[in-house]
Amino acid sequence: MIMIQWILAIRYLWKRRISLLAVASVALCVFIVVVVMTVMNGLVEEFRGKNHRFVGDCVVSTESLVGFVYADEFLAILDRQDFIAGASPVIRGYGLLTQPGAEWNMGVEIWGLNLARHIQATDFAQTLYYHPQNPTTAFVPSYNPSLPGCILGIDMMPDRRNQDGTYYHPPQPRQYELIVSGFPLTPKGGLARIGTDLVNTLHVYLSDDSHSGLVKIDGRVVYLPFDTARELFGMAGSIPRSSAIHIRFRPSVGLEAGCERVGRLWNEFKQSCRDREYADLLGEVRVQSWIENRRGAIAPMEKEQTMMIFLFLMLGVITVFIIFVVFYMIISHKSKDIGVLRSVGVSPAGVVAMMLIFASLVGLIGGGLGIAGGSVFLARINTLEDWLYETRGWQVWNRSVYAIGEIPNQIHPPVLIVIGLSALAACWLGALVPAFQAARKRPVEALQPGIL
Amino acid sequence: MSAILTTRDIRKSYRMGPNLLEVLRGIDFSVEAGEFVAMVGASGSGKSTFLHILGALDTPDNGEVIFGGHNLARFGRGRLNEYRNRSVGFVFQFYHLLDELDVVENTILPAMAASSILSWPARRGPARQRATELLRRFGLGERLKHKPYELSGGERQRVSIARALMNQPTLLLADEPTGNLDSKTGNDILNVLEQLNREGQTVLMVTHDDRIARRAHRIVRLADGRMVTDRSQ
Ligand SMILES: Nc1ncnc2c1ncn2[C@@H]1O[C@H](COP(=O)(O)OP(=O)(O)OP(=O)(O)O)[C@@H](O)[C@H]1O
Ligand SMILES: [Mg+2]
Repeated sequence: MIMIQWILAIRYLWKRRISLLAVASVALCVFIVVVVMTVMNGLVEEFRGKNHRFVGDCVVSTESLVGFVYADEFLAILDRQDFIAGASPVIRGYGLLTQPGAEWNMGVEIWGLNLARHIQATDFAQTLYYHPQNPTTAFVPSYNPSLPGCILGIDMMPDRRNQDGTYYHPPQPRQYELIVSGFPLTPKGGLARIGTDLVNTLHVYLSDDSHSGLVKIDGRVVYLPFDTARELFGMAGSIPRSSAIHIRFRPSVGLEAGCERVGRLWNEFKQSCRDREYADLLGEVRVQSWIENRRGAIAPMEKEQTMMIFLFLMLGVITVFIIFVVFYMIISHKSKDIGVLRSVGVSPAGVVAMMLIFASLVGLIGGGLGIAGGSVFLARINTLEDWLYETRGWQVWNRSVYAIGEIPNQIHPPVLIVIGLSALAACWLGALVPAFQAARKRPVEALQPGIL
Repeated sequence: MSAILTTRDIRKSYRMGPNLLEVLRGIDFSVEAGEFVAMVGASGSGKSTFLHILGALDTPDNGEVIFGGHNLARFGRGRLNEYRNRSVGFVFQFYHLLDELDVVENTILPAMAASSILSWPARRGPARQRATELLRRFGLGERLKHKPYELSGGERQRVSIARALMNQPTLLLADEPTGNLDSKTGNDILNVLEQLNREGQTVLMVTHDDRIARRAHRIVRLADGRMVTDRSQ
């Protein structure tokens, strides 16, 4: 390091307006990337988290509406494993929902839950509104405990959402009487009943609502007590069936390792059952981690994120190019200086080093300002949005449409570091090419005025 | 006296489209230690080109420059940079000062270029002192903190001479050091150069002014790409 490099690099930064423009353009690009990456990342993480909390760590399930047999026996095996914190059988099927005397009906998904087990295996309890303390009694309507209860996904009820995204809850659940109908199926997949009485119909009363934050779930799932749902779909009988088992591992157990162990247990169990009745139904069953199980919901979101990252990579390329052009202009402008430095004995490497110091200063200051600005902006983003909504009625996401509470603004230091380093690298890249070009010239060539 | 710098058959031409512009057509020349040589010649005769080659700022197409018994073309990069930094001091026809540096900083540039950031604090004081002395000798004592764009052409020229002398070079190569000065100031500069020469500084100076040239020990003339006269006074 020779002295003159530092002096000139610092002078170039402070004495040239174009250098300040370069700093500003680096800062702006870093700012945008920091904000967008953080929000996008936050949205995806939040969405993944909601899916994870809703289904637990691992799901043993079949796509078949018929379900699978001997789930209760497998459950007993799971209960004996010390790596499992909770396992819960679930009935899943499709049905119709209506009200007495109502003109409407809607197709719904019906889940039968054993609440005592399900709150061990998943975070379902946290989605409930009226029974946060005693979730096992969520199927008991508080206005009349003797009535059969049901839980509705929160978005199935009309007019429950305020414009700002919050939900309106009366002190007690409304006394809604609901009629749920389902088609009972035989183990072979045929309709269980022939003739006029094709469907099972139940009258149930709203006892709570479930807010998982997953639009597709909250908008179409009706939860019933496990046995009621089993009855509804004809899965009770002498050889009862279930649709799925949700499992939660103990905290120390890794997701993949846990799923693998469950998979092995399931294969052994399937082997041991192969000569029993309806054993073919076990062939349909898959053991999946929550990620695989919710792939259909998570993938589009991740795809969107990948696309955004790609778009911002393109922005990054443009940023690099802008920085490149700025440096090219600055350094071409300084060709005479380079000639003078070379004529007093500064080596080409010394010239390049000087330009790199200059580029680093621009990159560090610009990147630092961008990161600082982005962090401050993110810290205030929700306050800002609230303020905009209150004063202008303007919202980034209409909360009555999107299942988003707050705009995610959790900053991840590694992301910041990557963005900052990329900005620095862009500056170096932009400075290196013209610096090398100028430094390689014979001193007289560099001294010739007007060469760009 | 011994030659400190000798050239043999220096040739340089520029390609202008289909034509070859032969600027230097084989120049044999030498400067002895302690000499004060003036080079004259018509505009465009190649004086600056020749001086650049002597200062290792440009390379000849043919021929060699021998400095202190060594061929410049054989110098490694480090040795060549050292040659530019310490062995020769170059005064450009168009001054070439750095706009971001003030007068003193421009003058100590060759000293800074040779110092690492660690050794600079120790060398800074003496360097500034020498620069200030030189600038005073050239009548710029009141201008130390000025930026080049705040100076007249003649003042810039004097800063550029001070810069060339900063590292006490063996040979001062000056391309029209008085070209932009009135005769009084030009005379003052020349007095300084003569005084330096008496103190042992070897000087090779390009000039258009015959009166100035006559004050040198020796005048060489460039014409048609050759040194046509070489008369001692
Ligand atoms: N890079 C170049 N490309 C093409 N021709 C050049 C180049 N540099 C110099 N020349 C030509 O070489 C010739 C000599 O130029 P040079 O600058 O050495 O002249 P000079 O004797 O110093 O003139 P002056 O007294 O006007 O300064 C000129 O005709 C000029 O046009
Ligand atoms: Mg000239």
